[in-house]
Amino acid sequence: MTIQFNDESFRDDYTFHNSDWAIKRFPFPFHEDSYMYSVNMEQHRGGPEGSVYEMRFDVDEHYVSEMKDRAIVLDQDPLRCQSLPHMTLAGWDLLELIMVSKSEDYPELFELHRNGSQWRWINKPLGIDHSFTFMDETTLPYGPMEYITRQAQGDFAVLDQRDEMLWMDAGMVTTQADWSLDFDIGMNFFEWHAPVPKAHEMGIFQRALKFLLNIQQGAPARRLNWTMTVNPLLDTSPENYHKWGIQKTALTPENIANKQHLRVELQTFFRLPRSNALVFPIRCYLCSFQDLMTVPKWGRRLHRVIRDLPVELATYKGFIDNRPMMLDYLSQFDDGLPTSPGVWPDLETEPPLTK
Amino acid sequence: MSKFEFPKSITSRPVWGTLEVRQGEYHLMIAEAEGAGAILDIATPDLMAKSHLIYIPKGTDYCARLQALNSAQFYEGPSYEASLPRIRRVLEDAHMGLQVYLTGTEGMMGQAMNEVMAVGLPHTAIQTEHRGSVARRMQCVHCKGVTEDVEVDPFVCSHCGLNLFVRDHYSRRLAAYQGVRVDAEDHGNVPEPKGIYE
Repeated sequence: MTIQFNDESFRDDYTFHNSDWAIKRFPFPFHEDSYMYSVNMEQHRGGPEGSVYEMRFDVDEHYVSEMKDRAIVLDQDPLRCQSLPHMTLAGWDLLELIMVSKSEDYPELFELHRNGSQWRWINKPLGIDHSFTFMDETTLPYGPMEYITRQAQGDFAVLDQRDEMLWMDAGMVTTQADWSLDFDIGMNFFEWHAPVPKAHEMGIFQRALKFLLNIQQGAPARRLNWTMTVNPLLDTSPENYHKWGIQKTALTPENIANKQHLRVELQTFFRLPRSNALVFPIRCYLCSFQDLMTVPKWGRRLHRVIRDLPVELATYKGFIDNRPMMLDYLSQFDDGLPTSPGVWPDLETEPPLTK
Repeated sequence: MSKFEFPKSITSRPVWGTLEVRQGEYHLMIAEAEGAGAILDIATPDLMAKSHLIYIPKGTDYCARLQALNSAQFYEGPSYEASLPRIRRVLEDAHMGLQVYLTGTEGMMGQAMNEVMAVGLPHTAIQTEHRGSVARRMQCVHCKGVTEDVEVDPFVCSHCGLNLFVRDHYSRRLAAYQGVRVDAEDHGNVPEPKGIYE
């Protein structure tokens, strides 16, 4: 299918919007009417046709505008992209993985022509046609990780593996849910997750680490994570929190429907062949409450999940103050009917709202 | 003096130890302020004869007592920053097997640890012991400026002037805790500062 790329913004006038297509394929993260942490990993080997899980690196209608937003963030703060000196090889691995995947999965949008180490990369949506020498940094305008992640949606954490541990040693982080690459770079898996409440005590991180250390080439994995964002703001960074934090207080019963967004991260994990590093793409999808409510099952379920979420989690995810207003809005879409298991919208089979 | 018992915290927060004498041909000791007490506690004539002791008084007066230990080399520096060129020069010549003893504030130990690691010594060659002030070295996540010796929470960033709250999240690379604007969601509503562990 042909993707119509939106011309939209993720800041200032916030013209971001989802088409009906994008709403139906939104990665709704709740497979049941409640939520608690879990090591919810599964193999990343495709998914239903048209879903965000189908391709290795999903490209959607927001691609071009997201890349423009990333360029703005990097202009303002180059520290959002950093790579410790030993991570350059992993950067080349990542460049190869993304170029190969995108050219195979979206041949009408991306082309990769390889003749030995002489490569030609064509990125039609961004108007790039670039010949370079693989593994020769002087033939690229940026380091290999930065070059390719300026052309790929989502944040990228590149993790070195040594001493039975993962280390956050490189990354491109401009669409993050409130964590700082500049602060966390060089940390190990437990250190950069240190601020997350509860999950340590539940043994979540010990089990997740064990799983991730054993990810093999060609057998990527994935999971979903989620939070809440007021306005479709991609750059919810701690660096800029002193500027955007105040937007959370702009929520009113009148504007909540289109101002409040569910923010979902599709996190994937790929082993890189030369460096043995692990790349951890964190792809952010945003959907307004109003758009989510067009799917009756999601309306019922989101109300129940947000209502029953432990205070600690709502606090950590930063919406404890707005929760009562969210519930006032969401309760209108919960008629108490049961919901079908799983994350899919089930528009054909789930009953319409009876309220 | 008694040691401060840090409350249990998150996994990125460093845990400091207690110095003990280790075998080795050469020892580098950096003692800041009350950290001098930790050196006095472990000093033996044999150990000190193989030690280079760097003392940063920060208003304390242990100089005479430390000098009396007769270390192979002794240096009193007016500040960590002023001592740094010397520390780097000493580390330049360091061989495998050098034993490092760091004692004083968290900020000094964190920074000195990075210097030691930067020359390729293993972290297992470094011992630490916290003594004295519980003040923190803080990085402002917004402007990236570092404010030294922060004793209260919230505090004012010495670079950009924002009111920051003191997190326990710690970066070893920066040797600093993270400070985040406390009134980001309610401009001007800054709580009364109190001691970090009060």
